[in-house]
Amino acid sequence: MTVPDLSPLALSLRVALLSTVLAAVTGIALARFMGRREFPGKSAAEALILLPLVLPPTVVGFGLIMLFGVNGPIGRLLEDWFGIRVVFTWAGAVIASFVVSLPLMYQSVQAAFEKVDPRWENVARTMGVSEWRIFRKVTFPLAWPGILAGLVLAFARGLGEFGATLMIAGFIPGETVTVPLAIYFSYEAGRTGEAMFWVVLITLLGLAAITWLNGWRRKTSRRRGRE
Amino acid sequence: MLKAEFTKQLPEFDLQAEFKMDREIVAIVGPSGSGKTTFLNCLAGTVSPDMGRIELGGRVFAEEGGKPLRIQDRRVGYLFQDYALFPHMTVRENILFGLPGQPEPSHVRELTELLGIRPLMDKYPHEISGGEKQRTALARALAMKPELLLLDEPFSALDDETRLRCRNELMRIHRDWQIPVLMVTHSMDEARRTADRIVRIEKGRMAELPIREASL
Repeated sequence: MTVPDLSPLALSLRVALLSTVLAAVTGIALARFMGRREFPGKSAAEALILLPLVLPPTVVGFGLIMLFGVNGPIGRLLEDWFGIRVVFTWAGAVIASFVVSLPLMYQSVQAAFEKVDPRWENVARTMGVSEWRIFRKVTFPLAWPGILAGLVLAFARGLGEFGATLMIAGFIPGETVTVPLAIYFSYEAGRTGEAMFWVVLITLLGLAAITWLNGWRRKTSRRRGRE
Repeated sequence: MLKAEFTKQLPEFDLQAEFKMDREIVAIVGPSGSGKTTFLNCLAGTVSPDMGRIELGGRVFAEEGGKPLRIQDRRVGYLFQDYALFPHMTVRENILFGLPGQPEPSHVRELTELLGIRPLMDKYPHEISGGEKQRTALARALAMKPELLLLDEPFSALDDETRLRCRNELMRIHRDWQIPVLMVTHSMDEARRTADRIVRIEKGRMAELPIREASL
């Protein structure tokens, strides 16, 4: 068997990394905001963030096309102002991965922040420490194990995104074909060996990520001991 | 001078605080759930009173119709019940957290020497004993040179010998620093041995106990 074109792997990693960074920044900001504020419509806003978790990816893809398509409100804005086209480009794949991984990131970060005892933040306040420094030096480091779990989940979800990606980014070899798309289309074309190559590779990647995360958690919980 | 006259609604009753103190040690005693910790929290600012006024040395912490003063600006040191040391920071980092980017000030050095925690400065909270945690938390609460020190059950987790030692250190610091110290405890014996005055809270109502009566 010849080694297939590796561009889907490079693209998948690039898409998953970028969407994870976006999901991390957005998820942390949203979880922080939602955890500290009460406002009318808060539960509706939260439901909206979590919605992609329960929707079929094709529904997410359809929604994204409506928003980011050439005639969609955001798509037109991006094209007119920045000359960026999302549909049928790898940017579309990043947006699809971002939307489906954000709920996972949000949930992990929210749970992680809730586990940080508010007394630690209050002690820091009585010491005259600013809210930003408290976030950086107390809340964030103490929530880090949960945030890291969210990052791994978001990355894995971004790496595996198929339905929404296919709808918004399409199948353009070398441009929008990520590993999950490569698996589907090589199998469809009867290239079972190639599909198998990608299946094995992505499974090994997933296993490596989970093993590393578990090992890291054991190490840090040993190091920190119990307070 | 600390003056606090406020009410705060609690699940089963209202806390009705009417309290004044000078540069002395005052113990607040009372059964659990009587509003002792809520009283301290209102002074520190982690909880806001519903009505009334709190002021310390002419600085207004809270008053009706006004925005409460930020916790950061109150200069109130607070020793929480189980110390709440930052688990991911060393003893040194815990104590100096409110003084970033500065060399260790001389008063912190003296304080940590007095409390006997110099040899522990590079240890993490899970590596030190209960008494050492208590002293670290006390040093941390005092590092910012507060104008009021709040202690929530400061000695309850300590064995008799450590308790005696910590209490003597606290009284010595109080003598040297001359700041008002307000201590919540459920132990009348501890209150009698440490405080200049004792105030009892029961179901949110405060009443001063004559120290002689309390010692009977």
